[in-house]
Amino acid sequence: MRYIDEVAIEKIALGAAVLGTGGGGDPYIGKLMAKEAIRKYGPVRLITIDELEDDQLVVPVSGMGAPTVTIEKIPSEHEMTAALEALEKVIGRKVDVVMPIEIGGINSLFPIIAAAKKGLTMLDADAMGRAFPEAQMVTFHLDGYQPSPVTMADEKGNTVVLYPRDGVWAERLARVLTIEMGGSSSVCDYSMLGKQIKTSVIPDTLTLAERIGDYLLDPQLKEQARINKMLEELRGYRLFEGKIVDIERGLNSGFTRGIAKFEGIREDYGKTFTIYFQNEHLVAKEEEKLLCTTPDLITVLDTETGYPITTERMKYGARVAVVAFPCHEKWRTPKGIETAGPRYFGYHFDYIPVEELQKER
Amino acid sequence: MYRLGIDVGGTNTDAALLDNHLQVVHTVKVPTTKDVESGIFNAISKVVKENKIATSSITFAMLGTTHCTNAVVERKRLNKVGVIRIGLPATTSIPSFTDWPHDLREEIEVASTIISGGYEFDGRLISELKKEEVLKFCREVKGTAECIAITGVFAPVNKEQELVVAEWVREELGDIPISLSHEIGSIGFLERENATIINAALRKTGKMIVDGFAEALKELDIKAEMYFSQNDGTLMNESYALRYPILTMGCGPTNSIRGSAHLSGLQDAIVLDVGGTTSDIGVLSNGFPRQSSLSVNIGGVNTNFRMPDILSIGLGGGTHIRETKDDFTIGPDSVGYKITQKAILFGGDELTASDIVTRLGHAFEDYKEQVEHLPASFCKQVFSKMTEMLEDAIDQMKTSSKETPLILSGGGSIIVPHMLKGISNVIRPDHYGAANAIGAALGQVSGEIERSYSLDQMSREEAIEDARKLATEEAIRAGADKSTISIVSVEDIPLAYLPGNALFIRIKAVGDLISIST
Repeated sequence: MRYIDEVAIEKIALGAAVLGTGGGGDPYIGKLMAKEAIRKYGPVRLITIDELEDDQLVVPVSGMGAPTVTIEKIPSEHEMTAALEALEKVIGRKVDVVMPIEIGGINSLFPIIAAAKKGLTMLDADAMGRAFPEAQMVTFHLDGYQPSPVTMADEKGNTVVLYPRDGVWAERLARVLTIEMGGSSSVCDYSMLGKQIKTSVIPDTLTLAERIGDYLLDPQLKEQARINKMLEELRGYRLFEGKIVDIERGLNSGFTRGIAKFEGIREDYGKTFTIYFQNEHLVAKEEEKLLCTTPDLITVLDTETGYPITTERMKYGARVAVVAFPCHEKWRTPKGIETAGPRYFGYHFDYIPVEELQKER
Repeated sequence: MYRLGIDVGGTNTDAALLDNHLQVVHTVKVPTTKDVESGIFNAISKVVKENKIATSSITFAMLGTTHCTNAVVERKRLNKVGVIRIGLPATTSIPSFTDWPHDLREEIEVASTIISGGYEFDGRLISELKKEEVLKFCREVKGTAECIAITGVFAPVNKEQELVVAEWVREELGDIPISLSHEIGSIGFLERENATIINAALRKTGKMIVDGFAEALKELDIKAEMYFSQNDGTLMNESYALRYPILTMGCGPTNSIRGSAHLSGLQDAIVLDVGGTTSDIGVLSNGFPRQSSLSVNIGGVNTNFRMPDILSIGLGGGTHIRETKDDFTIGPDSVGYKITQKAILFGGDELTASDIVTRLGHAFEDYKEQVEHLPASFCKQVFSKMTEMLEDAIDQMKTSSKETPLILSGGGSIIVPHMLKGISNVIRPDHYGAANAIGAALGQVSGEIERSYSLDQMSREEAIEDARKLATEEAIRAGADKSTISIVSVEDIPLAYLPGNALFIRIKAVGDLISIST
């Protein structure tokens, strides 16, 4: 058991942006919200899955919506706990522990605010190990758990309870409501007892994000060394260094889909690379050769600072280092690949782990 | 007919005189003074006297200045601001001034409130405005607040509520200066709110710039129209500058790039400004500096303000070269402005980049003997390493492997070789020392529009066309001649997770100053 303070939040926010693989929303807003909440209500207790009791009720707290809305319509304090309180009412018992559903991006920080305000303990784990665009892309879904009952809330005082038949329906229904609520909402789903949660989550991801942030913020290290330390920690690879020479974005059923083209710089001079994204980076290629594909993680870093760049902020001329990390093993099972592999996103090739792709290089 | 450009820098205040055809007639340099105004006065009177032109023949006077940046960084001459945020019940999780340096907040904030109102991304209301909330706040800050900053959620999409609230503020507080966020920034609430507050706090400074410049011109009997440089390389007129003093921030590097562009006659090039300590590399694209994508921090505050994309490396004319056991190091420290005492070629005892190029016969012909004792082979090694550093940095700024021209400016540019990898030709224009002031004098004005469109009612093309029209109107409002206006950038970003209907568009229009082309 330990406490999350303002310093830890600074690091978690940066690490969460790395694990956000270009999506998951800019954690800057989440960082300010979490720091403000801790200033106001005090540090938050963080426990590991080993410290979790079997009969404790654990609830993931998350935000749903467009990152572009969140950076403009800053969330209210009310909605951070409203979905949680609605859930307690529905199931008729108090929640013991909260956790992030998604460690990548802003959702890593939302439960910290709820925990601070309600005096709840937080679990050091999540259900993605990264960021994904859709609500069923969670380990709970892979393990056959149901999200129901799902509670949602907005800043205006609306709360909703859903009893969807599965994770895919939860995504579909919640998405429509989120748009009606003004493009952002807070959500509680997959509430479970400690003994179930333990077997299904990806453990220790908050402290992982914190460690990544620690490397990237280390003033003693040069940018390259920061990136290298992070790669070591995540067993990752440096795919290439390049300049963005073209960026194309389009709308496709509510998601930003796009293609970024890069010309290699330094050691990769003379080569060309492409990244395909749908909110998150999904596929990286050198010419036609596959370098890495979802569900493995692809992150774009600023070469000057080593800090991650989100897909919205990718801009013509930016100089970047592109890195890749292996995803959690649960995503490499047949159901994991079916849920978040390249074919789910409409690419006509099979998943190959990044380690194998890099061995061939 | 002439136009006059002034650039107030940290060390020098430069003035440049351009004729009707925008040819540089004369440039001067004087030390920047503590009060800034007398430096401006000195520079203008010097350039006018040395060139002996009739003051009545100057029709335009343009000023680029660091006043506002200094005011924020030094926390001086800032106005007390009452801060109104429109967005209740949203936005409460991050109050105004969160993440500001404590001392700056102390200096600026009178009181802050969040009132009911704000829009959703699609233009619906978050909640109705309540007049009583506005009046109550006004009564609280009456007598203490010198300016009011108003920021509404999604105001860049719909400015209506900000205008209504401003009207109510005037009812209670009379003719108080008001900064409205939709006039200052784009989507990105906190950064826009920060910029709006800073803009309000700069009222006094803005007035001082305008009055000071007017005063200097009047004393010298120059009846020119005044313009002020913005960070994006365009100008604004007096009334714009009074309302948006924040937009004068960071115009120095932009003017330098624009000035270099003009002197060389190029529209697309890499611009390398070598000073005593650093080399600053910028990119000229379409006649304007390429903007950085990172949000800019002003005096410790994050803003949505954009600045030119500049890469600085620690290599300048005064950069220290040190021999090690069997190698050497270059910088990053420098003897700086003390180069004329400390460098070996000037009789000092510190080896600098300038000594290396002098030994190799590239510069300072007259001081050759001073450095003759340096081994030529060593100097060649150092020089090729310096060249490599420059080439590497230039390459990082380029957007394609195609060879590009390079325009040099700055006193330290003697250290740059005549040929560089990836560069088609190296250009050293005349008057390159005053590129900033020349950049200021180049009269173009712009209008920019940033807003979200709902594509349910119109096509993407129609939305972009509407934005083009609005940007053009903005440019005309800023003083541009309609017939010269062209659209220099179009950017559209679909709002993720919102099915098929929301598109954010940012468009910028640029044109010549109206009275020049007619």
